Amino acid sequence: MSIYFLCLVLFSIGIYCILRKRNLIKIIIGLAIIEYAVNLFFILVGYRMHGRAPILARDQEILNMVDPLVQALVLTAIVIGLATTALIVAIAIRIYEKYGTFDITKIKKLRG
Amino acid sequence: MIELQLLLLFMIVGAIIAVEARDLLSSVVAVGAVGLGLSLAFLVLKAPDLAITQLVVEILCLIILIRATINRDLPLIKDGRWHFNTISTLVFIVVFLGLAYLSLKDLPVFGQPLLRVAANYLSEGLSKTGAANLVSSVILDFRAYDTLGEATVLFTAVMGVLAVMRKTGRIKD
Amino acid sequence: MPNKQINTKQTGMTLIVKTITRLTVGLILLYGIYIVLHGHLTPGGGFPGGVIVALSFIHLMLAFGKETALNRLNQMRASFFESLGAILFLGIALLGFLGGYFFVNFINKGEAFNLFSAGIIPLCNIAICFKVGAGLFLIFVALVVLSNQEEK
Repeated sequence: MSIYFLCLVLFSIGIYCILRKRNLIKIIIGLAIIEYAVNLFFILVGYRMHGRAPILARDQEILNMVDPLVQALVLTAIVIGLATTALIVAIAIRIYEKYGTFDITKIKKLRG
Repeated sequence: MIELQLLLLFMIVGAIIAVEARDLLSSVVAVGAVGLGLSLAFLVLKAPDLAITQLVVEILCLIILIRATINRDLPLIKDGRWHFNTISTLVFIVVFLGLAYLSLKDLPVFGQPLLRVAANYLSEGLSKTGAANLVSSVILDFRAYDTLGEATVLFTAVMGVLAVMRKTGRIKD
Repeated sequence: MPNKQINTKQTGMTLIVKTITRLTVGLILLYGIYIVLHGHLTPGGGFPGGVIVALSFIHLMLAFGKETALNRLNQMRASFFESLGAILFLGIALLGFLGGYFFVNFINKGEAFNLFSAGIIPLCNIAICFKVGAGLFLIFVALVVLSNQEEK
């Protein structure tokens, strides 16, 4: 119970960073922290106490394995998170080359 | 699970350093430390596929972030209404954590998962697919549509990066 | 003395980094291929193996400069490998129609714990490795090489 709560505290640190920081790179860092917290929360839900990894071995009968479905979902989520972080960093580099700053309060001019 | 709680405390301290550091390079290094702590947490939670994937993905994410931040720092300026903004954000986060604590009581106790669908995969994974790694059999045989969707998302992200970073401009005549 | 400084600025990092890279970059590529091929027996699979293969090429580019790495794997070839991986994955899925429905596991399962077992899972792992590896290397080349031309 307290482990779930610590995971949600990590999530709320990411939310605070996205809401309050003015530097675009700090906002990307907050997004990365939110991704870590959500992936960790999924794996915490699927853990069995004194369980074993979901990999079978030869000539052994393993009865208490942890949940493999959650691990399959999080595996693709980690790689997709990397792809979206790369895309948003590419957009941030282009913004710097056009406006000369990373400050989000100065990037409000909509040009055609 | 005392080692899991210590790892989570380490990740929280690393995240606070990453959010509050003035220097951009220091906060990128702190995010790298949080990611490596997450990889250790996956290992403690008996998920070796995820530990390998998170480790190498964290290294690549660090390389991409450092490429964006090198030589591009920003001096910190406090804008107007700073007190009101910070206090309202903190009130929102406290309300969120309070409601989350109330709703966490409905989750199953930590360590006794429900396993309604996964009990099927655990008992007949080897006989139906022939793979010893049950996570691979779930990704590529029982739930192969999700992997097809993930390949599509990766392809689209690569096309997006190539389209954004092309040289643009008009031909001067 | 001034000649040596001009040399190292033009072509990558210092001599120590280049020597270590010559020793380890082949081993990193081999380790990535091992994780892909044994994906149905030990932890791993197509996704981390593809990322490790991309990391070996990125390591080569970081240590030696972009000309050396782009000689080995330029943009056209990387784009070809990524499309090849996607077409292979879809082709294996469509061949499942031979066995009944889309994406069915139609190859003989073999006995467990062997390298040649588990039907289409090793072939799908190889296709995913091509796609993820070439795609991530293309992202890195686009972020580093293509934007430098603008700044000059």
